[in-house]
Amino acid sequence: MNEYLFEYVVHLADDALILGHRNSEWCGHGPVLEQDIAITNISLDLIGQARNFFQYAAEIKGGDTTEDSLAYLRDVREFRNCLLVEQQNGDWGKTILRQFFMSNYQQLLYSRLENSFDRQIAAICEKALKEVTYHLKWSSEWVIRLGDGTDESHARMINAIDELWTYTGELFIPAGYEAKALESGLAPDITALKNDWLNRVALVFEEAKLPVPTAGFAQTGGKQGMHTEYLGYILAEMQYLQRTYPASKW
Amino acid sequence: MMDKKILDILSHVADPEVPVLSVVDLGIIRDVVSHADGSLEVLITPTYTGCPAMDMIATNIRMELLANGYQQPKITTVLSPAWTTDWMSEEGKLKLKEYGIAPPLPKQQVCKQELFAEEAIQCPRCNSHHTRRVSEFGSTACKAQYQCLDCKEPFDYFKCH
Ligand SMILES: [Zn+2]
Repeated sequence: MNEYLFEYVVHLADDALILGHRNSEWCGHGPVLEQDIAITNISLDLIGQARNFFQYAAEIKGGDTTEDSLAYLRDVREFRNCLLVEQQNGDWGKTILRQFFMSNYQQLLYSRLENSFDRQIAAICEKALKEVTYHLKWSSEWVIRLGDGTDESHARMINAIDELWTYTGELFIPAGYEAKALESGLAPDITALKNDWLNRVALVFEEAKLPVPTAGFAQTGGKQGMHTEYLGYILAEMQYLQRTYPASKW
Repeated sequence: MMDKKILDILSHVADPEVPVLSVVDLGIIRDVVSHADGSLEVLITPTYTGCPAMDMIATNIRMELLANGYQQPKITTVLSPAWTTDWMSEEGKLKLKEYGIAPPLPKQQVCKQELFAEEAIQCPRCNSHHTRRVSEFGSTACKAQYQCLDCKEPFDYFKCH
């Protein structure tokens, strides 16, 4: 088995799965019905993307591994998602900002990966890119609406930036498998995505009347399996059924 | 060219979420392959990655082929090139409109990326272009919500993708 390829694909899947799961927590709790539907539709897209990546990862791993065993039977330390996606939802502003940061990143990454020599990764990303582009547009508009909204919504966006900014740096610091993926020509240099990402943030924040933080310190570790305390709680809820009643099916 | 006889059979398989459209109208039948051993393989493509109807669509295609005497048909999912609403048949677009869902505009014409840009979508009820977008997301992944400002009717738009 190609170890770095497996880890790389699992990392793409975990980012999509955990963000999708977080967004799904809004189901039935959205601020208005239309936006409840919006955030849960985004969940659906992300979980669908995660399924495609997990199916491919299971194929690489072989043996008894399935998309379900990867999602439901791995422990916290085996998850390769970045810290950003596992952060708590907080208020609507924080959820929106997390989505904007991540969609911005996924849009840049997938638009490179759709040209990867790995045909399966390229096909999944080609498909997912259309969805992610739509998520980016939606979340950008919401960042502007809230940032340039009322005093209250503006203050909440400032607070969301304070809470989330420190987790954005990790996106552009390659983990071992990302460095190997770059070396083999499979994946792009993610450090080179940072400028485009920042430009997009600056563009949207300017219109949203929000300041772009200058702090450079980045919390890291998620992509290597060292997570914040939150991921364990997510997995406890997500994996409960398969852990309690192993191999149960619909 | 795909086998007309098979396409006729598949035109009886409805999209579970928009039952007025068949899987052929929707443009998700990528190819039909008759293998040397006599078995049939249908290649389908998902509309949206997370579309929960895809499993059901695959099952319904299998059932329809079995009912028509095809032994053990195989349904394979193909991701690339990615499905686009441009693959929807003209007949399908008419059916959508009659059903009360605004059909997707041609992709090159819209799919705007500018923020807050709204596409001028025609009301499927009174044909007015004086409409507004209520939400980018609707009851299923493939739709957005609009309202007509003339007849006031809310309606779904099958968004271009
Ligand atoms: Zn009208």
